[in-house]
Amino acid sequence: MKPALRNPKVLAGSAIALLVVLAALFGDWFSVHALGQDPHTLDYLVINQPPSGHHLLGTTGSGEDVLAQTIAGARGSLVVGLVSALISTALGILFGVCAGFFGGVADTVLNFITNLFIVMPVFALTLIVAGYLNNTGTMTIALIIGVFGWAGGARSLRAQTMSLRGRDHVQAMRMLGESRTRLVFSEVLPRLYPLISAMFLHAVIGGVLAEAGLAFLGVSSPNTISWGTMIQNAQNQNAIINGLWWWFLPPGFCIAALGTATGLINFGIDEIANPRLGAARRAAQQAVKAA
Amino acid sequence: MTDLKPDTETPVLEAVAATKHFAAGGATVRAVEEASVALHRGRIVALVGESGSGKTTVARLLARMYPVTGGEIRLDGSPVGRGHPDREYLRRVQLIFQDPFASLHPGKTVLHNLERPLRIHGHVRDRAEARARAAELLERVSLLPAKEFLDKLPHQLSGGQRQRVVIARALAVRPAVLLGDEPISMLDVSIRLDMLNLLTKLRDEEGLALLYITHDIASARYLCDDVQVMYAGQMVEGGPKEDVIQRPAHPYTQLLVDASPDPARDRAADGTADEDGTTLGEPPNLADPPSGCRFRPRCPHAMAVCAEAFPPRTELGGGHWAHCWLHADGSGVTTT
Repeated sequence: MKPALRNPKVLAGSAIALLVVLAALFGDWFSVHALGQDPHTLDYLVINQPPSGHHLLGTTGSGEDVLAQTIAGARGSLVVGLVSALISTALGILFGVCAGFFGGVADTVLNFITNLFIVMPVFALTLIVAGYLNNTGTMTIALIIGVFGWAGGARSLRAQTMSLRGRDHVQAMRMLGESRTRLVFSEVLPRLYPLISAMFLHAVIGGVLAEAGLAFLGVSSPNTISWGTMIQNAQNQNAIINGLWWWFLPPGFCIAALGTATGLINFGIDEIANPRLGAARRAAQQAVKAA
Repeated sequence: MTDLKPDTETPVLEAVAATKHFAAGGATVRAVEEASVALHRGRIVALVGESGSGKTTVARLLARMYPVTGGEIRLDGSPVGRGHPDREYLRRVQLIFQDPFASLHPGKTVLHNLERPLRIHGHVRDRAEARARAAELLERVSLLPAKEFLDKLPHQLSGGQRQRVVIARALAVRPAVLLGDEPISMLDVSIRLDMLNLLTKLRDEEGLALLYITHDIASARYLCDDVQVMYAGQMVEGGPKEDVIQRPAHPYTQLLVDASPDPARDRAADGTADEDGTTLGEPPNLADPPSGCRFRPRCPHAMAVCAEAFPPRTELGGGHWAHCWLHADGSGVTTT
């Protein structure tokens, strides 16, 4: 096992992330067959029930099972998080690395566009665009979040690429006759992987939070269940005022847990990128054992 | 060691009155002024000078990493273009960087580093052939047993081993000219001699033309055939190494030679450079250099004419030349 994976922080983060992924993949099957609850079933005989043996996390104002909904919400939230992170990371690489590596006119144009997106009030714009497009499904929401959220990452990739471009090993390969496209893919990009994966994780939780925020403000598809739509429904039906804590706490907790997981995994990426961090941790552990 | 410079033979690579000015925030840095250097097959030319004298810029102009502001670069006697060099040019001319720790990608194996130039220049057709050729290259730079080094990553190698890989990588192209930009200055003292012997071997056995850039006169004297001395972007003196180092004509060369410890050298009793080093002073700001000869403010022999114009090249016999007004009238004042 790689040293970075032995780090307990990384293990904890990976375990949480794995749980969310499993819920997204097999949650429906699990709810129906193991819990006996369908997240979409409305049961007006048991509305606003606190947790009980039958409904482990209680029911909503429409009598839906909160646990089944929380499990089903993992898919919606995770899909938005992953798809928006993929889009924003890809755009960030495209704009940042191209601007940083090729310089000149390409840099001027790409950097201008990047700056434009940085100064735009992203969340407000996302809200307007999402409201303008009717029938906003999960994928549309993810697309909007991704398209408006890449600029910050592009800036740091551009700076890092500009620094790498001038390094001796890149210049040396160039003097051997290597083409510029190959230089980008074989000399520059591999050295950006730690930064890119950290950016990606950050974008995943950013996407989940943005989706929750949009859903909370009412921009979401009425047919899909996500943690954001759950919180919005709870808010609409005054769950907080009425003290229905079992309704809004589970999705909130799940979002926080996923955020924590990405943060914890990031520690491992830091260690891979900078082996001295891992060495320092192991030295500290040995010192503790020795004492 | 022959003192006969093969003037009849066309140099493989030549800089003719090459000038480079850099724009730096409104100011113009006059890094290199009308510097000429000729590299011949089977000869090593050392370019000596202190930090900031423009040695590296000359090497990079020769490698066409950036275009000349004035003058020209000639390959086999014909002037080259101004843009990024094409593969034909790179196949003839290769540059070795100063820092072997920075010039290898930390995530790429030795094999990858050697395979790429072999592939780019069409010297191999498949992986197996690339592996065999790469092993041969490692043998040529005495990295043995070669097969064990092929799959290593740079961090598994010492500085000297890395620099051998860097040289092998440049040789993979099968160049006619190697430009070494202080190739041993980042290496441990104990392995510098091995590297110098390797460069000598490449000159003698393969007839490479070499430019050896250094600030260390002793290593230049050990390795090269000819020495050229640079100061603040200007070539001040050059010629066969023993002439230049034993009988330096230019006051700057005299200071430089005296500043380098060498028990074997016949040195003048007066010691032109004082022990406290006050005569050495500071090199000028190249954004606003002194007029005429740029060594004038530090020169113990400075005259009125030195401020007016850069002195012309004076032949001192046997291929030895200098740019100094002391010698321009033929009086030939030498202080050693």
